Amino acid sequence: METQTIKLQDTAVEATQRITGKEAIIKCLLAEGVDTLYGYPGGAIMPVYDELYKYQDRLHHVLTRHEQGATHAAQGYARVSGKVGVAIATSGPGATNLITGIADAQIDSTPMVCITGQVASHLLGSDAFQETDIIGISTPVTKWNYQITKASEIPEVMAKAFYIARSGRPGPVLIDITKDAQFEEFDFAYKKCTAVRSYKPIPKLNPESVQAAAAMINAAKRPMIVWGQGVILGKAEEEFKAVVEKSGVPAAWTILGVSAIPTEHPLNVGMVGMHGNYGPNVLTNECDVLIAIGMRFDDRVTGNLATYAKQAKVIHFEIDPAEVNKNVNADIAVLGDSKETLAALLPLLEQKEYPEWHNRFKEMYKIEYDKIIKNDLKPEKEGLTMGEVLEGINAVSKGEAVIVSDVGQHQMIACRYAKFNKSKSNVTSGGLGTMGFALPAAIGAKMGAPERPVVAIIGDGGYQMTIQELGTIFQTKVPVKIVVLNNDFLGMVRQWQQLFFDRRYASTELINPDFVAIAKGYYIDAQRVTKREELSGAIEEMMAAEGPYFLEVKVEKEDNVFPMIPTGASVSDIRLE
Amino acid sequence: MSETKTYTVSIYTENNIGLLNRISAIFQRRKINIESLNTSISEIEGVSRFTIVINLTEERMKKIIGQLEKQVEVIKAFYHTDEETIFLETCLFKIKSDLLFEERQIQNIIKESNARIVTVNKEFFVLEKAGRRSEIELLYRELSAFGIMQFVRSGRIAVTKDEMKISALLKEFAE
Repeated sequence: METQTIKLQDTAVEATQRITGKEAIIKCLLAEGVDTLYGYPGGAIMPVYDELYKYQDRLHHVLTRHEQGATHAAQGYARVSGKVGVAIATSGPGATNLITGIADAQIDSTPMVCITGQVASHLLGSDAFQETDIIGISTPVTKWNYQITKASEIPEVMAKAFYIARSGRPGPVLIDITKDAQFEEFDFAYKKCTAVRSYKPIPKLNPESVQAAAAMINAAKRPMIVWGQGVILGKAEEEFKAVVEKSGVPAAWTILGVSAIPTEHPLNVGMVGMHGNYGPNVLTNECDVLIAIGMRFDDRVTGNLATYAKQAKVIHFEIDPAEVNKNVNADIAVLGDSKETLAALLPLLEQKEYPEWHNRFKEMYKIEYDKIIKNDLKPEKEGLTMGEVLEGINAVSKGEAVIVSDVGQHQMIACRYAKFNKSKSNVTSGGLGTMGFALPAAIGAKMGAPERPVVAIIGDGGYQMTIQELGTIFQTKVPVKIVVLNNDFLGMVRQWQQLFFDRRYASTELINPDFVAIAKGYYIDAQRVTKREELSGAIEEMMAAEGPYFLEVKVEKEDNVFPMIPTGASVSDIRLE
Repeated sequence: MSETKTYTVSIYTENNIGLLNRISAIFQRRKINIESLNTSISEIEGVSRFTIVINLTEERMKKIIGQLEKQVEVIKAFYHTDEETIFLETCLFKIKSDLLFEERQIQNIIKESNARIVTVNKEFFVLEKAGRRSEIELLYRELSAFGIMQFVRSGRIAVTKDEMKISALLKEFAE
């Protein structure tokens, strides 16, 4: 057999030759610039783990305590670094445990490659030990998936996997590799994938649509921008900021869009959606031109579609053609990558300001401040609020921290009140609403941005869904800060029960363990705060700690998150109490 | 806008295992019944073609096309009304051979319906008929009276009156 020497693009390794499938997988990961991956070994993936052992100087494998944790960690890593997150697991239960994280990555457009081991190809379909049809199971929640049964497929399929995961609208890809393919020898050569015939990741920019959009924006009297994660995924923060500043248009964000421009930017008017700010929600139904940028009009953003922005002309900047006219009809659709479309838009915009219109946002902020924000951030009552904890973190982090939140009341509070100076700073499970996301995601976030403080804000419910990842934190010593806002309730469900189910608190009260003792059991420094006077000191101590740190804050049991657009109501019917 | 119509969806794809699952999942997830489904090669080498018939409003149809085209291995998807396509289905009847000789009327039915006898042996003969659904249904009703041993009907196959610019699209990629 002829052998050839090739030079791998990113690793500068002289790779030859005839190698096994398992080694090829590692070489593919290195060639794609992977330095960290998250996973859990088991029978069908053991050959790859054997190679990971040999390559541990170049590939950092993080052993999570559950495969779900591996996916969320990979997501956290991807969300802060902008790189593809990688998770690896064995067949059967190992593979099925990845599904929640994959579904989360799919709906939140997170680039991720999951590698699963599979039983040997001659056993496929025989109900072999730990065999599951992970291709069939993962199909509806992956951007692409593929089962490798021959080692010779590995380089091309792996290259395609990374290309598809990161290009266009990013998403998760699952590659299932049979055990025999891992052992098989073949002639390895790696070439990065730059195109797939049937796949058009970025629609071609139509200059006429940009001109039409600019004309409509320039002629508007009360324009409003709602931006989403598309700005961050497109690495278009600078272009976006320039568009906002030149056009003078008040700009509001979805929870995945926040941090694309600083929270304190004068034209940043806050969050839209169910627990968003009063002004941008109500004024969505008063603006004359609604400029949606890299967002998908999720139902938690729009409330009742029949009464959503009906008076407004809608311009939709979007990379995914399937999102245009899906929920809200666009008068003008500008398809393309946000970096490209916003750069094309900028020179066509007139320098403008809308002082009166902008004042409407400020007035409504004042109403919201007096009714809600003041009581959240500077409460006069005895019980601690979630808001004041966020305010305490802001005081120390000065907007430099990555905030990772779970799902529920604390998430809405974190997204409403956390201050951000830098992009890619808010990591949360937006579309899927996955409780248990934050603790493992924070591990990945810290590894993806080691120079930045990473604070996980978690409720007492979601925390216990992936609490075992404290083991991962202990073992890796990854210095994440964990804040559990404990109200001994599944708070958001309880809030809905209070408001919509006549306070029938069905299965929402939690009898909780001693969280501090548990953290200490994992040798993580920990403390509990029950009084206001202890709070700021505890936060300072946590933020100053060199290693991981756990802080439990006992908050008011039955606080509610307001404002709130009840399900099915109009954005203009947002409730302040 | 909200009127339901019969649409023929033509999907040009790569020929990969699992794609049928991925495509059917798009309909399944939205609880849209697939009236018929056919897969075959297409006019382009290495490109497969799905022909799917569904009843939907045009508004939903357009959204489904978006979801189909979003799939990595789908090259292009089109939808057409019955008026915009030439379409037919084909079917096979297996019938006892005695009837062919004993029941004169069967021979008339075969002749009038433009059905074709594919094979005859001592026990049974096989009749093939291609055409519109209504023609096949008529033949089915007529033959039912005599007893049908087996019946099978294919999914709809269709070509469009207008050009589907798929080759141009693929050429664009090659450049």
